[in-house]
Amino acid sequence: MGKAWKFEDNLNTDEIIPARYNITIVPKELAKNVFCEIKPAFASNVKPGDVVVGGMNFGCGSSREHAPIAIKGSEVRCVIAGSYARIFFRNAINIGLPILESVEASREIQEGDEVDVDLETGRIENFTSGKVYFAKPLPKFVMQIVQAGGIVNFLKEHDIEDLMA
Amino acid sequence: MGTLVEEILSRRLGKPVHAGEIVLTDVDYIMSHDNTTPLAIKAFREIGKPVKDKNKIVIHFDHAFPAPNLLAAEAQKRILDFIKEQDLPHFYHQGVCHQVMIEEGFVTPGSIIIGGDSHSNTYGALGSFGSGFGSTEIGVAWVAGKTWFRVPETILARFTGKTQPGVYAKDVMLHLAGVLGMDGATYRSLEFGGDYIENLPVPERIIFSNMSTEVGAKCGLIAPDQITADFLSQHTKAKPPFEQFKAVHPRYERVIDIDVSQLSPQVACHPDVDQVKPLEQVAGLPIDEVFIGTCTNGRYEDLEIAASILKGRQVNRYTRVIVNPASTAIYQKAEKAGLIRIFQDAGCVIGVVGCGACIGRHGGLLAPKERAFTTMNRNFIGRMGSPEAEIYLGSPAAAAATALEGKITDPRKYLEV
Repeated sequence: MGKAWKFEDNLNTDEIIPARYNITIVPKELAKNVFCEIKPAFASNVKPGDVVVGGMNFGCGSSREHAPIAIKGSEVRCVIAGSYARIFFRNAINIGLPILESVEASREIQEGDEVDVDLETGRIENFTSGKVYFAKPLPKFVMQIVQAGGIVNFLKEHDIEDLMA
Repeated sequence: MGTLVEEILSRRLGKPVHAGEIVLTDVDYIMSHDNTTPLAIKAFREIGKPVKDKNKIVIHFDHAFPAPNLLAAEAQKRILDFIKEQDLPHFYHQGVCHQVMIEEGFVTPGSIIIGGDSHSNTYGALGSFGSGFGSTEIGVAWVAGKTWFRVPETILARFTGKTQPGVYAKDVMLHLAGVLGMDGATYRSLEFGGDYIENLPVPERIIFSNMSTEVGAKCGLIAPDQITADFLSQHTKAKPPFEQFKAVHPRYERVIDIDVSQLSPQVACHPDVDQVKPLEQVAGLPIDEVFIGTCTNGRYEDLEIAASILKGRQVNRYTRVIVNPASTAIYQKAEKAGLIRIFQDAGCVIGVVGCGACIGRHGGLLAPKERAFTTMNRNFIGRMGSPEAEIYLGSPAAAAATALEGKITDPRKYLEV
């Protein structure tokens, strides 16, 4: 169980991590400046197991992978959003940042709510409001990448053709 | 059969595919640049398998080249070491990656190109499936030579009529961004059609595909026709024959009809690309920096329009005006035509070819409280420097008129003279 950190619709990659901090690719280093301009309290107060709750079109803008890496580096359990920008979606899956999609949960969970998530089933429970949500299941094809811990790990053991098997 | 994206992927896979299917397909080229290549190399090393086909890999230095600081210099050296180690044949530092990809002939109708840059959608203007990817997938594609796609649903933007003088492709695209919103085409293929697009020269078609990214699209496609084939033969190193094809009995998720003859110059206002207003509503807003360039509007035709307004005039003395031709080839053509001299005489600074001020890492940074008017494709907070600065987007003509007055200015005022 962790605390929810809430963000607005159309959160772009510059807001997740401004370009001037993309001088490293070390997750922990990037995490020091994640959300620094829009939620300065996040980086120093986030705890492992907390949850990032975005709105619609989470992660729009640049193709930079530093954005999901910075979030992963902060050791949050997952991101819950109403929808994801497509490159962010792929990047998050590929680097092994768990992401869940639920319009209702994204709208109703408030900043500071106590939230628990089951990544296997997509079950999201908000202990503060007592409400339970089920995220849209990821396609089976995509789950293979998530379960391997990202595309790099998947390819260490497999060929890309195995994804379609 | 189907929409343009279904047509391209079906041709490539040799079987009909439709929206919603997940496909694994060969890619023709895998593009990346100085910002996105380092993480691709990291993924490549971690996978630990060899490059599948080095002829498919194209690497550009454009985001901050020549390096403006030590960190960028070190990153570029690491990339260069990798290029030497793998003996990669396609390496460029002649301007913005997307423009150079087109000039060098990598982009042809029906091809599939993935790019480690969100504006890889640009190639759709030539009927190529171009799409932006993260760095890890670039490294994956180096090893696999393939990638997976979910065949997207398609939104058709159908433009009819002729634009009024002083109204350009940029204004039309900004208007569409305002209509669709920043997530209006997320995961979708955005197809551009109608008699306006069919008659449009390729340099202006590119603006639509390039900015399809700003509304979330996976790709932004225009049917390749005779105009496409002529452009490729005359202005690029691509070798004919060039395929021509159209959507056949397409099923669109949504069709948006826009009569371009009704439009006036448009501006995307701080802080989002979809905050689009007719220019007259923001005319007079003071501007500290004007930037003309980028993969959106740094082509010869853009410079020509801007120069026609600046010729024989002086820019406002308190406004920095920066012009970055998108590529060396464009720079040379502009120089030969006397455009560079016109800009310099008017008081503009000519920047090095490349992305320039667009990402706030290579000159032209904005101080807090400053406001820029640019020909770029996005105006996110903090993109050009201070997060307390503001960015407005418009056409090269509007940028030139604004440069003269130091405030947002309707270009039609200067075109009528």
